[in-house]
Amino acid sequence: MSEGDEGYGEWQELVGAALLGTDRRRGGGPAGSPGALLDAAAVHTVRRRAGLRPAAARPRPEPAPHDARPAPPEAAVRRLAQLLAGRTGAGSGGGGRRGSAPDLTELLPQWLAAAGRHGYRAPAGLVPALLDAARARSDLRPQALALAGARGLWLARMNPDWRFALRGGAGGGELPDVTDPSAVERLWEEGLFAERVALLGAVRAHAPAAAPRLLATTWASERAEDRLMFLDSLRVGLSLEDESFLEAALGDRSRNVRATAAELLSALPQSALAGRMAGRALACVGPEGVTPPAECDAGMLRDGVVKRPPAGRGERAWWLGQLVEAAPLSCWRERFGGLGPAEIVALPVASAEGWAEELHAAWCRAAVRQRDPEWSRALLGPASAPPAAGPGTASLAERARLLETLPDGERAEWVAEFVRAHGLSEAFQLLGVCVVPWAGALGRAVVDALDSAREAGSYPWSFSGVMGLAERCLDPAEAGRLEALTAAAEDPPDASPGAAAYWAEAFQRLVATLRLRAAMLSELTPP
Amino acid sequence: MTEQGVRWTAEQVLALAPDDASRKAGGRLGGAGPWSQIGGSASGSVWGLCKGSGSNPYRTVVDLTGPAYKCSCPSRKFPCKHALGLLLLWSAEGVGEPGEAPDWAAQWLADRAARAARPAAGPVDEEAARRRAERRAARVGAGVTELEQRLADLLRGGLAGQEHAGYAAWEETAARMVDAQAPGLAGRVRELGTIPSCGPGWPARMLEEAALLHLLDRAWMGVTGLPDQLAATVRSRVGLPASGEGEAVRDRWLVLAQYDSVSPDGRLTTRRIWLRGLTGGRPALVLDFGPPGRPPGLALPVGLVLEAELRFRPGSAGLRADLGERSAAAAPCTEVPAGVSTQAALEAYGAALREDPWLESWPVVLGPVIPIPGELGWQLADAEGTSALPVPLTGAGSRSRGGLWQLAALSGGGPVTVFGECGHRGFTPLTAWQPGSSEPVALS
Repeated sequence: MSEGDEGYGEWQELVGAALLGTDRRRGGGPAGSPGALLDAAAVHTVRRRAGLRPAAARPRPEPAPHDARPAPPEAAVRRLAQLLAGRTGAGSGGGGRRGSAPDLTELLPQWLAAAGRHGYRAPAGLVPALLDAARARSDLRPQALALAGARGLWLARMNPDWRFALRGGAGGGELPDVTDPSAVERLWEEGLFAERVALLGAVRAHAPAAAPRLLATTWASERAEDRLMFLDSLRVGLSLEDESFLEAALGDRSRNVRATAAELLSALPQSALAGRMAGRALACVGPEGVTPPAECDAGMLRDGVVKRPPAGRGERAWWLGQLVEAAPLSCWRERFGGLGPAEIVALPVASAEGWAEELHAAWCRAAVRQRDPEWSRALLGPASAPPAAGPGTASLAERARLLETLPDGERAEWVAEFVRAHGLSEAFQLLGVCVVPWAGALGRAVVDALDSAREAGSYPWSFSGVMGLAERCLDPAEAGRLEALTAAAEDPPDASPGAAAYWAEAFQRLVATLRLRAAMLSELTPP
Repeated sequence: MTEQGVRWTAEQVLALAPDDASRKAGGRLGGAGPWSQIGGSASGSVWGLCKGSGSNPYRTVVDLTGPAYKCSCPSRKFPCKHALGLLLLWSAEGVGEPGEAPDWAAQWLADRAARAARPAAGPVDEEAARRRAERRAARVGAGVTELEQRLADLLRGGLAGQEHAGYAAWEETAARMVDAQAPGLAGRVRELGTIPSCGPGWPARMLEEAALLHLLDRAWMGVTGLPDQLAATVRSRVGLPASGEGEAVRDRWLVLAQYDSVSPDGRLTTRRIWLRGLTGGRPALVLDFGPPGRPPGLALPVGLVLEAELRFRPGSAGLRADLGERSAAAAPCTEVPAGVSTQAALEAYGAALREDPWLESWPVVLGPVIPIPGELGWQLADAEGTSALPVPLTGAGSRSRGGLWQLAALSGGGPVTVFGECGHRGFTPLTAWQPGSSEPVALS
């Protein structure tokens, strides 16, 4: 805003006099005494305020591109506002007992995912809150940014807090056209690290063979940790196009870079490294027994085998594990006379040194790395068998990783069978890898197991992990069946005191959350 | 209208919640599940029984004309989650044809009606009141004389020394003004004391504030010779309670904004509610106060229209008003108020200064305007033309940047209508309307 020119000089004189003090300017100036100075300043102030005029407008921002997607229905918008407002407050009430109120924190990702499926845009007024949420939780970013769309990018260009929205995948409006070599080269040479990773991803998605060429242009001058991160970013969409580049990286100065390159190559069963590893592994393992390597030679070292075992492990077993892990699983059928994975795994690998455990653990790692469902199935064994007696591994974390290589339906069926046979106390990690919402059989198995735990008289918080998972993963259609369990029953005779009431409350919360999820999803359905 | 007037939107209901937790809890009770025997009357009340954890359901009644709430639950939140849940249910689905209230609800509603009909004050001992007023005027007078002395000393020594003088001396002067029963002066003195630490340009701002304080002192000394309205303005600026009844205006009042500010010591929450008469066009400011940790009781969601009588206090450019009797339940507004240009907004503020030269800002609906974000400062520019108003980012009256980004998001670079406070520091946006929507968005 501006004021008239007339009087401005006079006002400056008054300010000058006031700064200096009337004692030091006696006689001169517009106002001799303090009272006269204040009188003049008061007149001036009110006159200035009453005569203000607008300022000249600065350049306007370019209008945001039009987003043709429909806005979500009104009830859904309201729900989103509530979920976003509750995001910050969620921690404040924590610490205490959760009572029967539903859990909201996990509903936001589900809302975003469902809204994305319907093809909605985020309501404009909520885009800043959505960007703030995505800034705090990177797991929300892809869906939040897709929903925020053009309006989100338009805002992010003006607010440094939201700069994260400008890099990275789907919505990245800042990346140059990947078919324009000079633009690509310029960003690759001058861009920030994150921008360069995003650029590499974009170039690779467009032409897989171009990415290693781009990497090679600056590879020698990159810092070791950046080289490692670039290699890591190749993990998604890895193909034989990357092989020669990775093969060269086996000679890298940095040990971590070498190890990562070797790991990536071993995930490509047709690669030369996988072939070399197969040769070494086949020499050690066969129908006749196991003979671990006697030494770790220079070739093995170059192919990423780590020579020194961790404390407490023998070095030969350590080398054996690394060779088998990196060898393509397809090489074993012929070596074992045409046997399939299930039969190979079931063979008693006779050896006095007890190599069987080492071998099976390595096969598990190989099955995960090569995403081989047939071997995973064989190594998991039947779900109803006691975990310790399984053919592959008793570790729940590794079993969960093996499960991830199975098709969705089979995975849910296996975990359902596991829950029916062993209850819930060890099921948490396995449930975590199942597709949401849980398939009918899996959901029923979990509910039945919770009911059994209640009848057994233990406290519900022993199962709080599974309860939390159930709240966000159980199909809302199960709420009806759960309703029957919410009635507060008498404590069974040998139960912990008060357990029945706590169970009733826990089931109430589960039902309330499921109903909320169901309501949330139905609100998003176009009218 | 067949039942309880036009229903509110869920936002308007949720805006009544005293805090986030209640908002969430109320939202969960906003479905038919836990409710039974819900109903409503034609005169604007709704009631229902809500099943809780105990054996007896809670009895919840809401008088929509207030709005006022009654619930048998032990919660000290106000309104409680049950009242919010009931209102959400009503806003979503209604409660059917109007009917007779059950006994437990009817009793409370009848009590309320009876209380409203009773005259507020008892008989007044006019002689005693006059003596009290005289005593207070004498004390304020002494305070004003002392303050004038303090300002004269300030100007004699020069403002330059203030940068290092510290705030403590001003706090002491403010305390003396509190003792003199002139809280308005105390507040201005505190404000004055903070200016030297407020960055570049502080000497000019400090001279402005000192001059306006001096103007108020002088006005108080000659208050008996001032015209009635100006005298009332001076008294209220000094901090005396309003004397005499103001003008009563009946209209349909649109709620334009509601926001809270907490005093620097955290002891008092002040809620400002801006209204505008849809027929007469008169702006009004209703204030409510809350003790520490409790939000003020009066909550009027943005976008509602109340048919009510406002009693305007004398002075203060005729803005301050008290909410009087309401004749119908509040209903959502369906139109966007017409906006004015940036030039007209400043002219309106300038005109109001004639009645109250101490006025910081004036309520204005501005539009269509385009928000222009900037690292150094935001502007709101006329959609046609090249004029703009700055948005104050710091100091009294400024709002969080979050609200500004929300405004930018709504505009997307296009024109919007904005309600806010227009003053000598610029325009502070409070509420916005997107083109093509009559639903106001309260900027957080």
